[in-house]
Amino acid sequence: MMKSLLKITALLVIVLSVVSCQNKSRPNYQFMPNMYEPVGYETYSESSAFPNGVEALVPAEGSIPRGYTPFDIPNTTDGFNLAKSSLRSPLDSTQVDYDKAKPLFDIYCAICHGTKGDGQGNLVKREKILGVPSYDDAGRAITEGSIYHTIYYGKNAMGSYANQLSETERWQVVAYVLKLKADLEK
Amino acid sequence: MKQVIHRKFSQKLLHLSFLLLFFFSVSLVAQEGDPAKGKTLFNTNCAACHNLDKKMTGPALRNVEATLEAEGKDRQWIYDWVHNSSAVIKSGDAYANKLYAEYNQAAMTAFPQLSEADIDDILAYTAQEAPAPTVAPTPAGGETASTGGGISNKIILGALIVLFGLLAFALILVRRTLNRFAEAKGLDVAKEKGPSIWKAFVQNQFLVLVTVIVLMLAGAYYVYGYLMQIGVDQGYQPVQPIHYSHRIHAGDNGIDCKYCHSSARVSKTSGIPSLNVCMNCHKSIYEVAPETQQEGLTKYGVDYNAEIKKLYAAVGWDDANQQYTGETQPVKWIRIHNLPDFVYFNHSQHVTVAGVECQTCHGPIETMEVVEQFAPLTMGWCINCHRETNVKVEDNGYYEKIHEELAKKYNVEQLTAAQMGGTECGKCHY
Repeated sequence: MMKSLLKITALLVIVLSVVSCQNKSRPNYQFMPNMYEPVGYETYSESSAFPNGVEALVPAEGSIPRGYTPFDIPNTTDGFNLAKSSLRSPLDSTQVDYDKAKPLFDIYCAICHGTKGDGQGNLVKREKILGVPSYDDAGRAITEGSIYHTIYYGKNAMGSYANQLSETERWQVVAYVLKLKADLEK
Repeated sequence: MKQVIHRKFSQKLLHLSFLLLFFFSVSLVAQEGDPAKGKTLFNTNCAACHNLDKKMTGPALRNVEATLEAEGKDRQWIYDWVHNSSAVIKSGDAYANKLYAEYNQAAMTAFPQLSEADIDDILAYTAQEAPAPTVAPTPAGGETASTGGGISNKIILGALIVLFGLLAFALILVRRTLNRFAEAKGLDVAKEKGPSIWKAFVQNQFLVLVTVIVLMLAGAYYVYGYLMQIGVDQGYQPVQPIHYSHRIHAGDNGIDCKYCHSSARVSKTSGIPSLNVCMNCHKSIYEVAPETQQEGLTKYGVDYNAEIKKLYAAVGWDDANQQYTGETQPVKWIRIHNLPDFVYFNHSQHVTVAGVECQTCHGPIETMEVVEQFAPLTMGWCINCHRETNVKVEDNGYYEKIHEELAKKYNVEQLTAAQMGGTECGKCHY
């Protein structure tokens, strides 16, 4: 009888140890890892090439990627005023596509500015972020240049959206914002 | 007697003066504006750049009127400033210029639409006393309750084990007492042994054969099951360096997935958002709502405010002075969804061209406090979806012609991704 008890406990211990090895916070075993793991650097992988183990660095200052137009106007109050008064959209009326701009606006802007541009986005309604102005705000009197400058550099509490939207997408969103502004002013 | 009359008279005078004072103070408040109205106005117009008790883009505004009075600025100056601050700066006002320089020359937006009465209301709101700080929840209490879900499961399991142990013990006891009874009555229980079951079993060759086959099949089943899950990370749920709750961001706040994972629209990888994307909102949101904090401590064992501090440390944001220090530290996020090197997968093809919802592959992310891998990400799983999903051809000139021809060939109305070539080896393996 004692023997069988011993056997049962041994079995239990084995089963428990097998079960407890299933750790959700660690990836599973791999068969032939050198077919799974890339030899080259993968996006966001860790490497010993650069300090801090990062795999890519920010391009050298002043480098211009292919198909990219530099934006000359600086991120200052003067630059903002210059953009507000003089910067014009490169898109003409045939290139503006509200059907393409609306989803972009709804993803990136509407969470604070509201789908109508009235400053009543979901984060504002839930009182997470306050004081988001409506596009028809008289004191701001936004123009296409000032909208683009604000998207590019951010303004006050708003951050820059230059890395989430490409140049054409930014100008599409600018056109859509102007349309919302016109709708609000009706 | 005379003295008593006098006393009564003085008492009356006192009452009267109290009454007068009361009326006077009431009328004073009425001139001061309505703090409730002021709060709404403050939240819609000022809160983007000003907090009552914390420096933001602009200065903290609690008791701003008293502060300005100390600088010798009256209410008219405030009206002028709010209506057109840049004019005040240009007029050469020394204090205005000092402020302008102190706040990185960020010009305050003009608010011509705010009337003087509106500004009075806002000033009344800013003059209110700060609410008493809510008592911070004790971390000890939070920790014990933190792993609530896990503990309750473990308790149930432990109780079951104890129960079975007791049952086994009781059975042993019963057997022993029965044996003792039998001995006492002089009965011989265990002695009557025919051929043992084991011997009978060994002698029956058919039974042995069947048992061996059954055991082998069962063994093969489990070995096959074990081998098939090697390299499959379904349910993989690593602990990230900064606790980021998709439940709060994507679920409660309804932020679109593509807001942060913006490169999923246009590139191969969905993109782990860089920290400046976090700062788009967390420049303003420096702490979570008290209820959220409480929920995090008790339900998930996470101090959300401490996690925001971790973000600030990594991105190098000095919250007190509202500026970047330039000392950044990369965050070592742990990638959850990994495909083997020999598989090509492109997010933009699925997200933008096919219009597949993120949740189709990633599961109900918006309900996950800690993200886990939802899909197995095996080839069978990919192929299945390609066989079942119709190609989205609307507004896609690229597919229109080929879709028409192939639809005629296969004699179907809607092509699936597989019929379009979505199961060809070379699509993903090259």
